[in-house]
Amino acid sequence: MIERWIASASSYSAQTDNLFWLITIIVGFWFLAVEVMFFWLMWRFRKRPGVPARYITGKEKDLKRWINIPHALVLVCDVVIIVAAVRLWVHVKQTLPPADETVRVIGQQWTWTFDMPGPDGVLDTPDDIHLADELHVQVGKTYHFLLESKDVLHSFCVPAFRLKQDAVPGRTITGWFKPTLTGTHDIQCTQMCGLGHGIMRAAIVIETPEQHAAWVQQQAALAASAP
Amino acid sequence: MSESAHSAPNIAPAHPAHAGHGEHAPQSFFHKYLWSTDHKVIAMQYTFTGMALGIVAAFMAYVFRMQLAFPGMHVPGFGVVSPGAYNALVTNHGSIMIFWVAMPVLLAGFGNFLIPLMVGCDDMVFPRINRLSYQLFLLSVVVLVASWFVPGGGFGGAWTAYPPLSAVAKYNLTPGGATLWLIAVALEFVAFLLGGINFITTAMNSRAPGMKAFDVPIVVWTIVMASILFMSSVGPLIAGAVMLAFDQLIGTGFYNPNRGGDPILWQHLFWFFGHPEVYVVLFPALGIVAEIMTVFSRKKLFAYKIVIYTFIATGALSFFVWAHHQFVAGIDPRMANVFTVTTLIISIPIAEMCFVYIATLYGGSITFSTPMLWALAFMVEFLIGGVTGIFLGASGLDIFLHDTYFVIAHFHYTFFPIAIIGTFAGITFWFPKMFGRMMSDKLGKIHFWGTIIPFNFIFIPMFFLGSAGEQRRVYDYRHFPELARPEFQALRIMATVALLVMLAFQLVFFYNFIMSMRRGPKAPKNPWKSNTLEWTADSPPPHGNWAEMPTCYRAPYEYSVPGRAEDFWPQNEKT
Repeated sequence: MIERWIASASSYSAQTDNLFWLITIIVGFWFLAVEVMFFWLMWRFRKRPGVPARYITGKEKDLKRWINIPHALVLVCDVVIIVAAVRLWVHVKQTLPPADETVRVIGQQWTWTFDMPGPDGVLDTPDDIHLADELHVQVGKTYHFLLESKDVLHSFCVPAFRLKQDAVPGRTITGWFKPTLTGTHDIQCTQMCGLGHGIMRAAIVIETPEQHAAWVQQQAALAASAP
Repeated sequence: MSESAHSAPNIAPAHPAHAGHGEHAPQSFFHKYLWSTDHKVIAMQYTFTGMALGIVAAFMAYVFRMQLAFPGMHVPGFGVVSPGAYNALVTNHGSIMIFWVAMPVLLAGFGNFLIPLMVGCDDMVFPRINRLSYQLFLLSVVVLVASWFVPGGGFGGAWTAYPPLSAVAKYNLTPGGATLWLIAVALEFVAFLLGGINFITTAMNSRAPGMKAFDVPIVVWTIVMASILFMSSVGPLIAGAVMLAFDQLIGTGFYNPNRGGDPILWQHLFWFFGHPEVYVVLFPALGIVAEIMTVFSRKKLFAYKIVIYTFIATGALSFFVWAHHQFVAGIDPRMANVFTVTTLIISIPIAEMCFVYIATLYGGSITFSTPMLWALAFMVEFLIGGVTGIFLGASGLDIFLHDTYFVIAHFHYTFFPIAIIGTFAGITFWFPKMFGRMMSDKLGKIHFWGTIIPFNFIFIPMFFLGSAGEQRRVYDYRHFPELARPEFQALRIMATVALLVMLAFQLVFFYNFIMSMRRGPKAPKNPWKSNTLEWTADSPPPHGNWAEMPTCYRAPYEYSVPGRAEDFWPQNEKT
């Protein structure tokens, strides 16, 4: 259902949504169970004339069960959620699949600039494409991004990829994504970075191999024709 | 009970004439209300200052919610909201609600009022330190308010004040505001360190004769534990704040990577304090709820000792979860696995506590008075805040949800029950003791429903917006095509309209509060038939609290004991 609100466009976005639903089902069950119990107790033990409250010490075995058994079940649910969360985390953040291409993402107040490989497909060669506010990638390729900041903290967030990583000045942070769907999506800065934080937007353009090759050629031609 | 504790107020030079309890010469307005060492007056000073700042923070919320619903509009009472003003409004709304509303009202207000009355002594152990605590707090308010009017405007770098943005003037463009904000927060910390000393010492040393540790009411336990949590977590942040002030003022490089510093260091220091801070304000609220739920269900608290132990466990665990705020901040990714585990482990004591509270209703005889409605609503709403925290503590999912409106909705479902519902629960419950008059129950209920229903309509939409990837701290979503969709804007308008409705209903509270204080029916000593010692003092209690100090004979929640004619058994009654 999340993909109805925001496109699911990376290799791990569906897994993220699945984790969202797993947790929703588990905590939703507990939420409903506890609220139903709570409201039922409120109604069942409302003040009625001639019915005094009972004196319960909390040591009665048959009553303590009602706390101890759910409590043990909460522990089991915690373990399930931890395992699922850590699996996704390790997949997205802790492993780095081999890259088909590498791009550099630079945040500075209040714009994103991108270094993309030119026709040779290799970053940091003279034919690199440098562009502000637009990152062009090819569907189905695995990308590494080298994330840098020139001034304050920024955060490179592509909601359609379910990806977020803070950019820290003085460091280069490497991450990865693999687009699975063509289209244009927002890149948001999600770390407060000052006056222009609210307009620090860029676009990620995901193209088919043919479109992408044509775009790279066009950029190379533009660069060659520049004085 | 120690002799020194009881004689403490009498040796204070502000009251040289006071020889015995309850025999006080008339005092000038200045000495009675502004220079008092009486814990009840200081409690009211904290509470009223907190409520005044609450109104300011509510106005800020009104302004930025109007901007979000109707971007670019001329907000009545404020004007057009510039990006810089928007940042300053959200930053100060957050700072005020936590440091200048939740803490002064819940911790200092109720702590000062309730601890001496509930443990049965005449005042705090160090009354003049107590007075100094409020004076420093007031100074922090003055500095905070001044920070909005210096050149450059108020600080807008978020309440978390991450450097380098907060440290470097050319990045934040509000050097005066940033420094004054930092000084205000630091002064506030000093005020609460002084207050905490009093809470802990008084509860430990000045208990009525016969009152053992497990005869102390839950709310006193929770305020003392909150003070211990605060005092043990705030040290690293004060060190961090000094380094940040040096970075701001004399250009040191503690957080500057070009000079060997590290911006992430601040985040560790901030959140090492910041997460326990959540429990610093949560605990007093949960304590208030426990008092009210037992009284109005005429029931012993189900498993008193387990509740105490779960508080201790939660407080201890809260020191080991801080980096869940930093999953995507650039820390070593392996650390996230550890902090996911510790974060989810917190659900174990909290779930136990929640079950015990709910079980307290079992077998009860529940009266739905206004304070009870607030207490029950606290549990109903806080549960939403609790379970949605699981989404964010799960590291893999936090990559997506971090810094979105899902986070905002989540922590408002914790902080609103704490700071607003908990406060209203406490005020409506102890109002007769505080002011000697009863509040209107009818107006109280109108205010309750007029607050609770809109509250859900404000924050439920934010869960949806956050799940759609809407990030925080953006003043106009029209710049982001994926967030500019009309159905999302409809949700934003719905939240804003609900906020307006909720704010309007607060007028009912203030009317009820002021009119009841002046003309409400006179309150008896113990209007709710409660067991704890504060209800054995006069309403309101005189300076010194009791003419004859009470003795404690039993645990606080002996309601509906079989074989007794009355369904309550005050702690000071021998038989």
